[in-house]
Amino acid sequence: MVNVNRRETVTENRHKKLGLSDEQVLEMYRTMLLARRIDERMWLLNRAGKMAFVVSGQGQEAAQVGAAFALDREMDYVAPYYRDMGVVLAFGMSARDLMLQGFGKADDPNSGGRQMPGHFGQKKNRIITGSSPVTTQVPHAVGFALAAKMEKKDFVSFVTFGEGSSNQGDFHEGANFASVHKLPVIFMCENNHYAISVPLSKQVACEKISDRAIGYGMPGVTIDGNDPLAVYEAVKEAADRARRGEGPSLIETISYRLTPHSSDDDDRIYRGKEEVDSAKEKDGLYTFASYLREINLLTKELESKWDEEMKEIIDDATDFAESAPYASPETIYRHVYAE
Amino acid sequence: MPVINYIQAVTQALKEEMQRDEKVFVLGEDVGVKGGVFRATDGLYEQFGEERVLDTPLAESAIAGVGIGAAMYGMRPVAEMQFADFIMPAVNQIISEAAKIRYRSNNDWFCPITIRAPYGGGVHGALYHSQSIEAIFANQPGLKIVMPSTPYDVKGLLKSSIRDDDPVLFLEHKRAYRLIKGEVPEEEYTLPLGKADIKKEGTDITVITYGLCVHFALQAAEKLEAEGVSTHILDLRTVYPLDEQAIIEAASKTGKVLLITEDNKEGSIIGEVAAIISENCLFELDAPIKRLAGPDVPAMSYAPPLEKEFMMNPEKVEHAMRDLAEF
Ligand SMILES: Cc1ncc(C[n+]2csc(CCOP(=O)(O)OP(=O)(O)O)c2C)c(N)n1
Ligand SMILES: [Mg+2]
Repeated sequence: MVNVNRRETVTENRHKKLGLSDEQVLEMYRTMLLARRIDERMWLLNRAGKMAFVVSGQGQEAAQVGAAFALDREMDYVAPYYRDMGVVLAFGMSARDLMLQGFGKADDPNSGGRQMPGHFGQKKNRIITGSSPVTTQVPHAVGFALAAKMEKKDFVSFVTFGEGSSNQGDFHEGANFASVHKLPVIFMCENNHYAISVPLSKQVACEKISDRAIGYGMPGVTIDGNDPLAVYEAVKEAADRARRGEGPSLIETISYRLTPHSSDDDDRIYRGKEEVDSAKEKDGLYTFASYLREINLLTKELESKWDEEMKEIIDDATDFAESAPYASPETIYRHVYAE
Repeated sequence: MPVINYIQAVTQALKEEMQRDEKVFVLGEDVGVKGGVFRATDGLYEQFGEERVLDTPLAESAIAGVGIGAAMYGMRPVAEMQFADFIMPAVNQIISEAAKIRYRSNNDWFCPITIRAPYGGGVHGALYHSQSIEAIFANQPGLKIVMPSTPYDVKGLLKSSIRDDDPVLFLEHKRAYRLIKGEVPEEEYTLPLGKADIKKEGTDITVITYGLCVHFALQAAEKLEAEGVSTHILDLRTVYPLDEQAIIEAASKTGKVLLITEDNKEGSIIGEVAAIISENCLFELDAPIKRLAGPDVPAMSYAPPLEKEFMMNPEKVEHAMRDLAEF
């Protein structure tokens, strides 16, 4: 369908074709924006000495949110990795929850201040608890998918990881297991071109991470991770396939890590500013906003309204979390085993 | 009471737990049609079908990791490592994941998986089919390690492990599988995890051990009994976390303690047992704490005389017990 807007440019409405309503795409954008704004605030808090550690999803929100919206957020399970703020927000974690985690406070639903930021987990929202050793979450998602099959449930599981992490045995063992047993799981590799300082070219010798799918007898696709609609489409297809009992899929989303690896990293040592700047031009947050503007969904008024709202939400979350109590020291002895 | 062997107790426990609870399932290499390389899962595939007795690809980290995921969802997986020696690819999943899931999520998630693995030597298995691997996992709070010695204990403890809400490493001595027989009641029973068991009451010396060595100690104790030496034998049964109270009581009872393991000596379970005794029983001891263990070489050899030199046996145990009695 072609839509002619007032500025005389012609932009095709892509989301209708995918079965997405105007409200849904606006909600997608709002979730991406919220993830970005929370992330940015966390860096400020880190540089102000208030938050010890930040690991960032900037540049990957489009892939994360596009994927999450393609899932059934009332039923499906997600095993996110540390950059997936977009996924966990879409699955029901709040800005307050994220700030509580950032500050390591007692009421952090992920871990009560036990884990570093970015180690997500919240059972009520079906966000599976994660750890630091990369890729261990992949077999877990396969285990959830196995349970879905055994229990004849309709949910799928969705797991993400970086391209560097796709070299770990757990990716390969998990992918193979899932495919042999035709399990309803979606593997999504968020390829952001770097694993800390090591570029893609030194991680893998194959052309695409998705090429790895063929070795496990599942479909593998590579898509533009800056385009939430393309990611939505691919994940939707994979989820449908999984629910039909046809097994797992591997999706590779191509984007770029816009920040250093974490607040402890200085990326100027291993990549140039020009490279980062040119990646910023393709930043999914901005390109998606342009799309929504061009089809007259994202209006000036809405943008300024949301800017206001986001500021309020994040100020509130920050103040709330900063003034919230830490868990008391004697709680470290609890929950080693069932009590 | 019927007499069955050690491996039959494993099979019975699995079968009865699978009948009792539909969430219980078995996964591992060759556990299905073949019924396991040791036949521990014999008959389960026929009875419960391929979905609940799952032949997995040959990949231990996935066997553990997929089991962990299913356990977090609410299933009760019993994962089999074909040999304890091949648990190494799954160590990350067991230590970084299973052991820490409850703790790291502040009790939001938990992981009720049981991981079974045949361990131990004396079966001509050489370096990689003979090892004792418990010490690798025995400083991982969040994990429990069960190592039963008798068919009765196997059955009761395996059932409790499956029902337990935390991950359990259940280590079965492969030489005991068909060698050790014992009475097992027909009625349903379970045994508590974390509790040691007195296998023989005695007054002169105390032996604290676990697994197959319990039987070596019982045999040696019978011989020494004829010579007038009375041996108290404590079977640890759960080697992590240890039953401190039972260890202190057993050590204090005679004041002369021999600790035995088939594992290499340095860094083994019995070093921790010795530490508990020395912290708590100074005034009760009448002799230095003695340790009898495998040598500190990487693992057991294949050729019979070499294997024998490493492997624990009743003669070595008897010798050490007599030495202690004479101290
Ligand atoms: C098993 C393991 N090895 C090393 C690390 C340290 N580490 C954390 S993130 C990372 C790079 C991961 O890169 P990638 O998979 O591409 O994900 P990205 O951070 O780029 O999103 C490394 C080496 C780790 N966490 N786990
Ligand atoms: Mg990367």
